[in-house]
Parts: sequence; C-alpha cells; structure tokens
Amino acid sequence: MKLHIDIEKKLGAFSLHVKADVSGERTGIFGESGSGKSTLMHLVSGLMQPDKGEIILDDQCLFSSFKKNNISAEQRRIAIVFQQAMLFPHLSVKANLLYGFKRCHTENRLIKPETLIDLLKLQPLLQRGVEHLSGGEKQRVALGRAVLANPRLLLMDEPLSALDDALRFQIIPYLRSVSEDFGIPYLFISHSLTEMQLMTDHVLEIKNGRCIDETTAEQLARNRMAQSPNGYLNLLHLTNPSQKSGLYTYKWGSNTLFVSAGGYAEQSLFELSSREIILFKRHPEAISARNLLDCRVAEMFDSDGRVGVVLSANGEKLVAEIVRQAADELDITIGSAIFAAIKASSFRRLA
Amino acid sequence: MLLAPEDITAIWLSLKVALTATAISLPFGFTIAWLIVFKPFRGKVILEVFVNLPLTLPPVVIGFFLLLLLGKHGWIGKLLAEYGIVIIFTWKAAVIASATVGFPLLVRSIRLGMESIDRQLIDASRTLGAHWYDTLLTIILPLSFRGILAGSSLMFARSLGEFGATIIVAGNIPGITQTIPLAIYDYASSPSSTTMALSLCMVSVLISVSVLFLHEWLTRKLDRSKAL
Repeated sequence: MKLHIDIEKKLGAFSLHVKADVSGERTGIFGESGSGKSTLMHLVSGLMQPDKGEIILDDQCLFSSFKKNNISAEQRRIAIVFQQAMLFPHLSVKANLLYGFKRCHTENRLIKPETLIDLLKLQPLLQRGVEHLSGGEKQRVALGRAVLANPRLLLMDEPLSALDDALRFQIIPYLRSVSEDFGIPYLFISHSLTEMQLMTDHVLEIKNGRCIDETTAEQLARNRMAQSPNGYLNLLHLTNPSQKSGLYTYKWGSNTLFVSAGGYAEQSLFELSSREIILFKRHPEAISARNLLDCRVAEMFDSDGRVGVVLSANGEKLVAEIVRQAADELDITIGSAIFAAIKASSFRRLA
Repeated sequence: MLLAPEDITAIWLSLKVALTATAISLPFGFTIAWLIVFKPFRGKVILEVFVNLPLTLPPVVIGFFLLLLLGKHGWIGKLLAEYGIVIIFTWKAAVIASATVGFPLLVRSIRLGMESIDRQLIDASRTLGAHWYDTLLTIILPLSFRGILAGSSLMFARSLGEFGATIIVAGNIPGITQTIPLAIYDYASSPSSTTMALSLCMVSVLISVSVLFLHEWLTRKLDRSKAL
C-alpha cells in the first residue's frame, strides 16, 4: 500500500497540515489526544473534506483540490474500525457483518464471510442482537464488518481504547491476523506506545496537527524511555509454562524465565519495564532475584541522559535502562558480556 | 351512552380526517426532519421557523390563512378550481387544517429521534459503501422509528382535537365536515343536549386512551425486539 497525503484543514482554532508518504502494510499514526489523529482519519476516509491538498492511494487520486477531484466516502473502499464498535443497534450480528459485504461489488468480494466468521470465532453469536454483546465481542464484530466490506485500506481508530487491558491484548492477535491473512493494509491510530509496538512496522507521529516524525514504534519507545513513567516496556512472548514451587517457568527462546504471575496458556505476552532490570558486570554470588541472564551488549542508545542498553540473551533482545554514571562505572561497551537480574514479580502478564 | 346517527358519522369522520392527515404528513415530516438534522444548508433557520410557526400561531389564524389560500379566489383554490377540485367546506379541508396544525409536532418528534442517532453510525454505513439514500432507508429510518411512532401518535391525537382551523376552512356541516369537537361545540351551545355532549366527550376520551395505549404497546414491542 502506498498512501500520499498532503492536506490542510482548518477547524476553528485548530489547523491540520499533514504531509507524508506512507508505504507498507502496517502503519501507525501516533499522537496525544487532540493532536489531530482522528481528523486525519476522517480526511483519509472521505468523511471530511480537506480545504486544500491531495490524497493518493495506490495511484488512485482520492482527493485533489487542484484537479477538483473528490471520491466520496462510500466509494473509497476504506473501512473504519471505530473506538466504540458502532454496530448498528437494530441489526443482528449477522446483518451487521454482512452490511458492507452486500454493498461491495461482486468482483471485489474476495473475502468470504464463512472464512472470516471462523477466524474471528463469531459463529455462536451470529443470530444475536448486538446490544448485549460484551465489549470484546462487539469489537470483533466491528472488525469483521469492516473486513467483509473488502476494503483496500482499513483504518483502525483507537479500536482498543474502550476495552480493559485483558481484553485489549486478546483482540490484538485478531486485528493482526485478519490483516495478514486477507492482505488488507491498515492505518492503526492510537496514543498507546505498547499497541504501536505490537501492531505496526512504522509510525507517523502527529502533534498539533503536524506530522513531526516518520519512525518506528521501537524508535519511539526508545526516545521516550527517560520521560515515560515506566521506562521502555519490553514485550516478551513466553511459551511452554510449567509451575514449580509457586513460580511459573517459561521458555523465552532458549532461555528459561521464572515468573510470579503466570498462567497455563501455551503462549503468553508479558511486559517488563527497562527499569526492572539490574545489570552486573560480574556474576553475583547470591541474589534474591530469580532470573539471572548471561547476556551480551548488542547496542546502546541515549534517551535524555539515560542510557538504554540493548541486551542479547541467546539471541533474544531486551532493553535495560541505566543512568550515564552507571554506564561509565561498569564500563559497558557494545559486545561486552554482562549479567541481567530480573525479579520474578517484575513481569506483568498482558495476555 | 347516547349517540345520534350524526354523532356516529362525526366519530368516523374524525378518525378518517386524523388518519389521513397523519398519513399524508408522514413522508413530508420525515423528509423535513432529515433535512434539518442531517443536511447543512443556508436558510435552515428559516425552514425551522416556518415549520414551527403553526405551533405558536392561534389555529384560527391558520384557518383564516388556509381559507385565503384555498378559497375560490385564493392562489391554490383558483388553480384547483380549473380542474374542478373544490377543497373548502369538504372533509379534505379538515384534513389540510389538521395536517397544518399537527405538522410541527410530527417534525419535532421525528427530529428528536433522528438527533439521538450517533453520527458515527452514519459514518460507519458510508464507509461500508452505503449511498445517502441507502443509509437513509437502512439506518436512519429504522433508528428514528420511535420518533416516527411518537410523532404520529401526537399528530393523530392533535388532529382529533382540531377545532379552530377546521371550523374556518371546513365549516361545521353535520354529516360532511362535522368532527367530534365540532359536534360537541354544537351540543354545548344548547343546554338540553348536555348528555349528548357528554357521550361524545366519553368517545373522545376512549379514542385518546386507545391511542396512548397503542403507542406504549408498540414502543415496548420495539424494545423487546431490540433486546433479543
């Protein structure tokens, strides 16, 4: 997917002027609330018209003030997953799912409802009304409805922010797999860095109606490490859990980790703050922390006076955060060997 | 209860006038409410004031204007006369009077119903490929059904009670244009007919109560079908 945006829009005192070229299947639009993310989404989808400029998607001009061209929202084939699921309250789950599908030209109907219903596990809900679905179910139906419209581009406007943490990370795999399995590129709009890291390959950062950076979620997280209250959040996919004397052991690549709050799911996603990792130059004799990883320093970066140390533990990457003084005292350099200690209670299970 | 044959005619006529006025006004009321709620255009305020005017004007004034408009020498009356259509002092005039007086109530209720629809639902339908007329029929119409129902009941009830405008444009001709309120007015002016007047009043109460019950029943039915 290639998207060229160069648009201006004034809304009262707020003005948006975004110029960006987006390519790739999984793009994030990141910014605080009020930065103009949602306005940008409305402009791209055609629900709002720019004052000036042009929007070109895969060589098709969607809007151009110069050529006096404006393809209407209903003809752009850009579907939206809204923050609140926005299901049609008078229709059943099935009718909601098929709303866009029925209005899609036969030659564009590449995704079959049965396949998607299976993937999103919606079969038991089909005949029900939408009023009494849970938040997660509603969002799954909304996702299915958008995908079945067989869009060229999917806009996800903070689709997870109305959900609680546990549900949010249950929905993410659906969002990703739907896009991957059916080959639909998406723009993922959010103010959550963790969601950006899990959902996107690269990111446009929006502030005060301007695109201030084109970067990756990883780079954004690194830049914000020092100011963020939780530092850099490492996201670890851990597998093969087993329980031993009150602790769970997980496989992390070829490493073994001890975790206090685990579960029996075959695979789980954990979050670990860069500030919860203590580095040792030499092997500490005795230590209360349950995890001691033998690592190499793969990379180092600066973030407002703090030093981010990218560790490689048998090929698995982890970011630890230390102050400059500590980095100098320990004489940490790229390639040097180091031990990382992590308490079993430092891991927070997301899903 | 004592009802003369003319009273029975008056009851049927009242029902016929109120039903016809409501049925004719519905598509117009829906369209105007839709324009006001969803379409940005210049002069919207003027349309709103014009639609609401009958609500604030005395019905007699409306009746008089209608008489000027539809009378033999009125703009519309003259035009219709060429085709041999006479409106004044027929039951059709009563329908027009009722429709004019009740119209703002209908539009207001439908408008309230439409305003309660989340705009993002309409955005959603558009991005799913629905054109404006498709969104109107499949999203806006069903979601403003409560408003349509409430507006229709209100308008029907208001039409049953219409007096001021009707007596001017349709007159008070027993068997032809005499509706329940007009008949009661006739009875009330002679002291010997109090019982007759009272009987018609009871019929009036009965019809009103039935309309309200029907409205409640339909609303509940609507709620139940949504809860499934």
